Amino acid sequence: MNRTLYGNLIFELSKKGRRGYSLPQDYDRTHSTAELPEALRRSEAARLPECDELTVVRHYTNLSHNNFGVNDGFYPLGSCTMKYNPIINEEIAAMKAFAGLHPLQPAETCQGALEVYYNLQQSLAELAGLSEFTLNPCAGAHGELTGLMVIRAYHEAMGNKKIRNEEMKKDEAPASSNSLNSTFSNSQRTKVLIPDSAHGTNPASAAVCGLEVVEVKSLQDGTVDVDHLRQLLDEMGDQVAAMMMTNPNTLGIFEPRVLEITDMVHKAGGLMYYDGANLNALLGECRPGDMGFDVMHINLHKTFSTPHGGGGPGSGPVGVRKGLEQFLPTPRVVMENEKIGNEENKKDAASASSNSLIFTISHSQSAPLSVGSFFGNFGVMLKAYAYILSLGHENVKHVGPLATLNANYIKERLRDDYLLPIEGLCKHEVVFDGLVDKSTGVTTMDVAKRLLDYGYHAPTIYFPLLFHESLMIEPTENESKETIDAFIDVMHTIAAEAKSDPELVKTAPHNTPIGRVDDVLAAKHPITTYWKSLEA
Amino acid sequence: MATFESGLYYSESHEYIRVEGEFGFIGISDYAQHALGNVVYVDMPEVDDEVTAGEEFGAVESVKAASDLISPVSGTVVEVNEALEDEPELLNKDAFANWIIKVQLSDPTELDNLMDVEAYKAHCEA
Repeated sequence: MNRTLYGNLIFELSKKGRRGYSLPQDYDRTHSTAELPEALRRSEAARLPECDELTVVRHYTNLSHNNFGVNDGFYPLGSCTMKYNPIINEEIAAMKAFAGLHPLQPAETCQGALEVYYNLQQSLAELAGLSEFTLNPCAGAHGELTGLMVIRAYHEAMGNKKIRNEEMKKDEAPASSNSLNSTFSNSQRTKVLIPDSAHGTNPASAAVCGLEVVEVKSLQDGTVDVDHLRQLLDEMGDQVAAMMMTNPNTLGIFEPRVLEITDMVHKAGGLMYYDGANLNALLGECRPGDMGFDVMHINLHKTFSTPHGGGGPGSGPVGVRKGLEQFLPTPRVVMENEKIGNEENKKDAASASSNSLIFTISHSQSAPLSVGSFFGNFGVMLKAYAYILSLGHENVKHVGPLATLNANYIKERLRDDYLLPIEGLCKHEVVFDGLVDKSTGVTTMDVAKRLLDYGYHAPTIYFPLLFHESLMIEPTENESKETIDAFIDVMHTIAAEAKSDPELVKTAPHNTPIGRVDDVLAAKHPITTYWKSLEA
Repeated sequence: MATFESGLYYSESHEYIRVEGEFGFIGISDYAQHALGNVVYVDMPEVDDEVTAGEEFGAVESVKAASDLISPVSGTVVEVNEALEDEPELLNKDAFANWIIKVQLSDPTELDNLMDVEAYKAHCEA
């Protein structure tokens, strides 16, 4: 591939008058805009690049070769669970019967799709140890916001109930206030407790939801400081709406006192929110619901093998404990006939007879409103459901343990060269605090850049913030021992290079299409649009 | 290696305050700028804003992370270091010379809750 030529921007490859098609000489070029009112027509040219088709194809093929995904090589990005996306998932999501559906199609004409939707809700509930799920949120952070809105609605309703009870006592008519009022008129619970080690999305979601963030301190090993939590609950327990937690936490460490924590928050009247980002470590082994969590989101693109790429589409289903179902957003897919296991009923559903509808779409008036368009990203759900069925009941139990084994294997084999700040077992990811030998001046950033030269995606760096030189590796359960061993060898090679030739590492990468980028310049003066004028 | 300047008061969250009469110059320590790496943006309050001890008054963004600035004292902002708007990297060049805000202290006894340079040095090494 000629990167010098085709690696230019498409605008730089533009030549005036170049076209990828030819129309007859007498073609009326005004045809398509002739009917448009003057106000809707452009007054000046759109300044689109002008290229022949072959140049365009080579340009974008070149760009795609510069990309790096799970299909290209090992991608140990901590906190993101870069799992392999099985091809069967794509095949199923692309089936015409699914891909051709319209979201406003009558329920009786898409019973199969609704069944998949319903079954995925049930599967996630089973794996999470919760009662009900909505699949509507379109991403993890969207799920966080939805989950917090559920919690807020719950406290609103509790506040209303209290007011009603008090008014009943006063022999007055029951108040007919709207439990989904967007203000906190009826609830003093406006605070959300969040550990200082949390993902940045947690405080962001709480703030967007109109709640106040209160930070809970961590101990040296990154787990929640329970004494500090107790102190906060003593001070402001009656104002706490919820506590948000990630378990294992952002350092890949399982919170040993999680039962005590959930109990303390419940006793104060707050709810427990589980950030599902690290669910992969637990999959098949233990369940957030059993730990005392009331509301959670799952990132289908992390734990359930759907793609991360290209900014989406994602999916962030939200699950709730029994008693909170009425606060989930609509629309919901509801099973009308409980005899789903009966073959006769299934056959009836397939024949789309409206008399035997099994799955219906609920837009309950009393339930909260929609959190997005229709049902969320259905294609992503199909892939996640295909993944669950591919693994099956037996194999899903191996996911968490194997992901954990791989991370611990890397931890033990790299700790001679990379500084391990926390002793003991980690879960699905391991955090190092840079190289053991700091005298060379080689930083975590340099190690990450040098890894690119060897054909590996860099791990997560400088997160979590608890350490100055964080390097967080998450191998997932997918990788073979050979792949992991080869990665470990390269990490040792880089540590040796840091001593023998530090400049080589500090100036890396050397084998990539673009070398070391200027982070500071990019952050201070980002150029996000093409600014040179095209050839007139 | 990080340098430490004596004669200043330091907070656990790595802000310093240099007190001159009823005013204090608040910035981040050299240790903090080292840990942050290249600073690319400083979010500052406005003159006449009130700041409260232990509460956020702005943020520093580096290529690595964004960190809240926590005020070591309570008071009123009388000046902000406008040079940091265009050249946030001044914090990397000399964190002690380039303070972030100048505050009129409302309660000088709050200074008793802060650390001197020796205690701060020990805090950083712990």
